[in-house]
Parts: sequence; structure tokens; C-alpha cells
Amino acid sequence: MLKVAVIGGGIAGMQTALRLRELGIEPIIFERDKELGGKVRNWHLLFPTFTESEAVLLPLKNRVAREKIEVRLATEVREFDSTSVTLASGEKIVVEAVVVCTGFTIFDARVKDEYGYGIYDNVYTSVDIERMFVDGKFAHWRGEEPERIAILHCVGSRDEKVCQRHCSKVCCVTGVKQAIELKRRFPKADIFNFYMDIRMFGPGYEELYHTAQREYGIHFVRGRISEASPLMDGRVQIKAEDTLTGRPLRMSVDMFILLVGMRSNSENEHFARTADLRLADSGFMQPKDLFVNNVCSNEEGIFYAGTVTAPKSIGEVLNEASMAADRVAEYLKER
Amino acid sequence: MALNFGYNISKPRVIDIDRNNLRKSVEIIRELPELQACIGCGTCTASCTAGNLTSFNFRKVHTLVRRGEYQGAYEELNKCMLCGKCRLLCPRGINTRGVIMLIKRKLGDF
Repeated sequence: MLKVAVIGGGIAGMQTALRLRELGIEPIIFERDKELGGKVRNWHLLFPTFTESEAVLLPLKNRVAREKIEVRLATEVREFDSTSVTLASGEKIVVEAVVVCTGFTIFDARVKDEYGYGIYDNVYTSVDIERMFVDGKFAHWRGEEPERIAILHCVGSRDEKVCQRHCSKVCCVTGVKQAIELKRRFPKADIFNFYMDIRMFGPGYEELYHTAQREYGIHFVRGRISEASPLMDGRVQIKAEDTLTGRPLRMSVDMFILLVGMRSNSENEHFARTADLRLADSGFMQPKDLFVNNVCSNEEGIFYAGTVTAPKSIGEVLNEASMAADRVAEYLKER
Repeated sequence: MALNFGYNISKPRVIDIDRNNLRKSVEIIRELPELQACIGCGTCTASCTAGNLTSFNFRKVHTLVRRGEYQGAYEELNKCMLCGKCRLLCPRGINTRGVIMLIKRKLGDF
């Protein structure tokens, strides 16, 4: 059987491996963590349908186990080319092709120190909020329910000051989803989403935005928060322009939530150098083209699936992973 | 005799949500929640007969009212001729004329 390396055991890696197996190819998954699942594991409910993340992860994980796909956990890949993978341990595995499914890195909100993440109390990231929903425990300054919550879009996205010019695409709808979840949890709270543009690109997303406005009374303010400062009582004061009225606006909030973006992995540069791969300006891997070869790299025998090439939603990632496996099979046949 | 040196004190332009009394704003949104669905596209203002002849800007006035900035809103809304063109065009289906009447009713006794 032809052996193909799948680097990364998130949803892209699992789906790629499963499809490869269907096509009669033997995949081997290399996962850095001790568990399969990647970033989706940190998520509670998924937009736009509030589906539990387990509904995506469990079927994939179970199928990987049932199909007895070889999985190397806690295994870091140091280098690869189209015919081999070298692990951090020095072990070299010969393969017929490689699919890179290494995903993305969450933007470190501390870099935007004007928002005070990690400095002031009551400043959270969207990832922290998911964790709170998973644990069912909400950290709050006096153990009281928050009365006012601000959610800031585009933290570490569309921001040249932190070298992240690209749009992370999924945060807008995540912000709308989390606003609704928080409103359900804290019905008395006023929730304000501060946005630069609202980008609702998927089916049901625009409808969710409308629901958030009409049924949940979420306030949307077009304007980017410029700075946050702590108040004596532990709350956070934020400043923005309400650009639709052309006036500066300020308020104090009990929770200040930063919708952190998706950035490229720092390892991409190393992989690009060692395997002669092209990088996009954003630091994500650059596919051969954005149309018929969007899962192929510029090197024969190296393929991409998922957010290693750009921010994407879960559905898009799963589609792309199947496509990548199909292209691998085509490549192996035509070789 | 007071001398005018040309100095004056500007009032802060900031919308301070902490200080503004949002009671009326909350009432207005409660009675016509569809107003919250505004996406600020400006179609209402672009089509507005009054807005083409005066500085009247419905989008701006209702946004300010929602933020608790009531001053001058009633007078501004008096410029509206209730022709209803904005209501025909609003992509979010907001009953804009109803909003105008509601805000005037709420702020008239303010």
C-alpha cells in the first residue's frame, strides 16, 4: 500500500486521512499534541447553528480509530519534502506524498497592549469565553452578573501595526454567536459589538446577525476601540468612535472581550525554506493557485488542506481535506 | 463690562454611555425592536425628500437616540414630511415612519 504523510491531526488532517483510506491509500497522521482534534477541541458551540463541537470531532475521531489509521501523537515534524518526513526525534519516514494540515496560530492578544489583555482584570479573548462556556464557569470581578459587555472585532486582523493585514474571516460570525450566547446566559446584560465591517460570508450567518440584532437586542457599533483603561472598581473603560454618528463614544464595561484572529504558524517559514514552498504575504502557505489547484503546493507531491493556507470555517476545511486526498490519489496514479 | 478675549470652553462631544440616561432609548427599542436591525446603509437618508433640502439625517438621528443622545432629536425629526419613501426602501424592512412617530412621541414629553 502507498503511504502518505498527513502532518497535523486536527479536523483537516483527520478528514484527509479518512478520505485517503477510502481511496486505498495508507495515511499516517503526525500530531504534535497528545490528542487528535486540534483547535476545534477548544470550542464549545459552533456557528451558526450552535452545534456542539463534539458533533464534528467525535465522528471523525471514531472513524479514525475504526479504520485503524496510524496516528503518531505527541510527535513533532522537524522537516519534510515530497518523499519523506523527518521527526524531531531524528527518525525519518519515507512516504509517497505529504499533505500539510498544520492549521493556524491564535493571535496573541497581549501584543495589542492598548487593550490591556493580561494586564487589566476583566479583559478576555474569544478563546477564553469558549473555555468558560465549556467549563460552565464565568470568571467575574465580584462574582456578580455582568451588566455591560463589549466585544471587539478584528483584534489581530486587518491590522498592519501587528503585521496582520489579512481578514481572519470567521471572527465576525463568532462575535455574533458569542454575543447571543452571553445574552442567553446573562439576559440583563447590554452587549455591544464594535466592528470595522461585518462580514457574514456563509449560509445562515447574515440571518444570525439579524437575529442577534432583533431578537437579542445586541448593539452593533461601527467603530474600532482605540484603547481600554482600568477603572477603580475593576471595570474597564473603552473608547471608540461611533462612526455612524461621527462622535467619539466611551463607556465602562464589566467584561471586555477581544475577538482574536487567526495568524500563520511561525513554523511555516521553516517548512517553506526546507521544502521549497511558497509563502503568502500573510505568512500562510501559498497554494499553487486559488482555483483548480487550491489544495496543491508549488512542489509536486506536497499538498495542503485546511487553515494552513488561510483562515477558513470548519465546513470549508472538511471539503478541502477531501479534495486534497483526491488530488493525492490522482498524483500517485499519474506519477 | 465683560471683555471678550475670544476664548470659550467647548462642551465635550463624546457620547458617554455611562452618563446618558438610556431609559427612553430602551423603551423605544422595546416597542419597535426592528430598529436594532439597522445596518447603517444610509438608504433612508439618501432617499429622504427632507434630507435633500435640509441637513436632516434620519440614520444619524435614530442612532444618536439609541445611544441616549436625545437633545435636538425631536426638532430634527420635525423636518420629516412622513412621505414614507425610506420605508419602501429599507433593506432590513424597518418601519422607519413608525420609528419617527415613536421617537417623537417618546421625546415630546421628555
